[in-house]
Amino acid sequence: MKFRILLALLLIVTLRPDCVRAQSSGAPANNPILIQNATILTITHGNIEHGSILIRDGKIAAVGTDAKAPDGATVIDARGQYVMPGIIDCHSHIAVDGSVNEGSVSVSSMANIADVLNPDDISIYDDLSGGVTTANILHGSANPIGGQTIVIKLRWGKPASELPFQGAFPGIKFALGENPKRSNFTLPPGVEARYPATRMGVEETIREAFIEARQYKKQRDDYNRKKAAGDQNLLPPRRNEKLEPLVEVMEGKRYVHAHCYRADEILMLLRVANEFGFKVRTFQHVLEGYKIADEIAASGAGGSTFSDWWAYKMEAFDAIPYNATLMTERGVVVSVNSDDAEEARHLNQEAAKSMKYGGLSANDALKLVTLNPAIQLGIDNRVGSIEVGKDADLAIFNRNPLSVYAVVQKTLIDGEIYFDRDKDIAARPALEKEKQDLLAKEKKASEEKKASEKPEANPGKKPDQKKKRPPSVENGAAAVVGGGR
Amino acid sequence: MNRALRIRPTAYQAMAFILVFSMAFPLWPQRVASVYAIKNAKIYTLAGPAIEKGVVLIRDGKIAAVGADIAVPDGAQVVDAAGLEVYPGMFDPVTQIGLNEVGAVGATVDTTELGDFNPELIAATAVNPASAHIPVARASGITEVISAPGVGGFDSQSSGIITGQASAFNLAGWTMEDMQINRSVAMVLNWPSIQTSTFDFSTFSMKEKPYADAKKEYDKSINQLSDWLTRARHYAQAKEKGSPDLFVRDLKLEALVPVVQGKLPVLVVADEARDIRNAIDFCGKQNIKMILASGAESWKVKDLLKEKKIPVILGPTERLPEQEDTAYDKPMTQPSELNAAGIQFAFSSFGTSFSRRLPQYAGTAVGYGLSHEEALKAVMLNAAQIFGLADQLGTIEPGKLANLIVTNGDPLEIQTEVRYLFIKGQLTSTDNRHKDLYEQYRKRPAPAR
Repeated sequence: MKFRILLALLLIVTLRPDCVRAQSSGAPANNPILIQNATILTITHGNIEHGSILIRDGKIAAVGTDAKAPDGATVIDARGQYVMPGIIDCHSHIAVDGSVNEGSVSVSSMANIADVLNPDDISIYDDLSGGVTTANILHGSANPIGGQTIVIKLRWGKPASELPFQGAFPGIKFALGENPKRSNFTLPPGVEARYPATRMGVEETIREAFIEARQYKKQRDDYNRKKAAGDQNLLPPRRNEKLEPLVEVMEGKRYVHAHCYRADEILMLLRVANEFGFKVRTFQHVLEGYKIADEIAASGAGGSTFSDWWAYKMEAFDAIPYNATLMTERGVVVSVNSDDAEEARHLNQEAAKSMKYGGLSANDALKLVTLNPAIQLGIDNRVGSIEVGKDADLAIFNRNPLSVYAVVQKTLIDGEIYFDRDKDIAARPALEKEKQDLLAKEKKASEEKKASEKPEANPGKKPDQKKKRPPSVENGAAAVVGGGR
Repeated sequence: MNRALRIRPTAYQAMAFILVFSMAFPLWPQRVASVYAIKNAKIYTLAGPAIEKGVVLIRDGKIAAVGADIAVPDGAQVVDAAGLEVYPGMFDPVTQIGLNEVGAVGATVDTTELGDFNPELIAATAVNPASAHIPVARASGITEVISAPGVGGFDSQSSGIITGQASAFNLAGWTMEDMQINRSVAMVLNWPSIQTSTFDFSTFSMKEKPYADAKKEYDKSINQLSDWLTRARHYAQAKEKGSPDLFVRDLKLEALVPVVQGKLPVLVVADEARDIRNAIDFCGKQNIKMILASGAESWKVKDLLKEKKIPVILGPTERLPEQEDTAYDKPMTQPSELNAAGIQFAFSSFGTSFSRRLPQYAGTAVGYGLSHEEALKAVMLNAAQIFGLADQLGTIEPGKLANLIVTNGDPLEIQTEVRYLFIKGQLTSTDNRHKDLYEQYRKRPAPAR
């Protein structure tokens, strides 16, 4: 069964190969768009009934009840529908080519997810269909200090170079607890155990790395100072790609997104951060965050959690669906994330659970997947609410998105329509026909080939035993692998 | 939680109530009353039109009467449900509840035995009545479940071919004897799919194998499966007609006899259309009763499912399409497609910790075209019919087990709360580990600086 495997939560692997589903060609970005007659959930300025949003040059140009369509504008009539800011997923592993874990070392800060963005990952389209417009793409949680992360916009159909959210802060993944300890699975034969195997070792690994990074920073600063002072007889320190991101963390130029579960390990990282003078930007998962919400709030860190996942491993046994609400009440900026290409398709529903569990207000619930993750990623000046001047990243639902019955109709990024439910449905017969035609063509070709290879086709002649078999996918793949070695 | 508990109890009953609701991890209520009357509620019986304002009378664990003009007898414990709605409890028909506590901790997991053929194993044997998952699922309105051995789900891995017998039980009780509805409702068969691509946990990556190899493995499994069923037939004959002196008891074959006799259905876990077709063909030839489970590509096999009258226990609507060229919303639209085709189906979580998402799965399908009425049936009634338990469960009708939920609104909607819950006619707490931790930690004083 191809259900999601939560067992280790190291990462989520897309089981389907890359492919292209219905491509939506968005309206040209330079054409103004007017969305009208909608209920607009602005997040920062209340809800507007029968409202309209004017989009110009990919930005929100006007929001209100009386915005008029300028000449040449595309009009989207959203009568009876709801517009909310595009959903922001603060923890995602979509659009990654290959494995998301560099598990061979305990500190893998040299690895950068930006190097392996895959714009053809169908999960991008899947998540657009759930109203997601921005995602924080992280490595897995195999290492106490993991790889460098990147914030992307889900610009389906665009090349990898156009996925990054320009201007978003770079980040780095840390991971605490069972996953970096590697305690939840058996190592395959021949693979040696890797330090650390305890939470003590996880702490030591992180401190050790920052001691190194501090030393490296000192060498670099010394060099720069002496050079600035005119010293000519200097060798620059050897560049260290592992330590540079950690120096950036200490300099406040790179956000730390720390995967964690238990309260004790969260406090541990706060102590380490304090020792080395850096801030933790977000605690990810943070399922026991509610136990130490005051400490997290005081540190200024955000909490990015699941709605109601629990018990899939020991450190998730005290997870409660009230976590988002409790942390919010104690002053933590909280988001609800997916960690999963499927879960991301209904983050609006997941946010709504905080209204049931702990009684968060409707607007605060929506913030969990819009403004709050935007704050956590340092992009709240650009996205996360419907305000003049912000990027026109919007999700249009047929009902209030906090209802289980709400279905996304359109998703816009920078004022371009990247997902359109009606168009997707309309394109299906043609796609199906294309598929059937291709299958028929392939079948015909293989039948013709078979017929021409039949011994009866050449009476009196023995079948050619030496005839080469047509190359199969498996043979082809084997050849590639063999050549590679 | 604004609505106060509007109950008119005697002093003794009030004390008993305090006892029940103050338990930190309540298992099963004290025997507070044998007669309950839920009154002033809108009642969705699922056996006819909703009753706008009526009474459900419960006596000795069963529904005694339901209607607009039912007299409340003296001594009945009255639950004033004005403004609330009454429904049959929800039934999650494929779970690992009680068999799986903490997914990654092997010591707490009893879902999957070693070996490929274990028909003699029965889930009820290992269900832990004190599992923390039981009150959590209950709080979302789930009153009864079926736990199935060896079925993979959100939080456990499938393995084996015949993995044992699934058991139906109520989500409240001190022991399995209290809880049990039916120890054996189906034999679980993980259909041996032809898998050329498998997930390798040791490397966390997909491994490919040639089709010919995969097909060979598949054929081998199917031959073994056929052998087991043939031997079970011979075993049944030997038992019936052979010499008692020579007869040697065999637990595995004994367990398969009801299957080959068509008395116990086989719960066939399959997703791909090819596998579903093969399974239908196999079960037809073997003359055994089939229930399809998971069934991601049931929509491709609609005609066959309809023709052979095979019901489907659908996996969650919250999953991605099986194939890259499948419509993005297929998992959500499939329920309405199956319904339109006249195929009987029920929703299920296939999980443990995800059982509480059952109403969300059904609600999502409504967003994508399924009628609300059918969705309610697909979480309350249909599974009971499919597993032959509809004489006891699934509707609010006299004579049935009083497994009921009283909600403050649409039970499929995310924000709706279950205010009262009855299992076997007992008012049962919806408190649980999560509520308890919530209450405990929300009271934590701010730490000293």
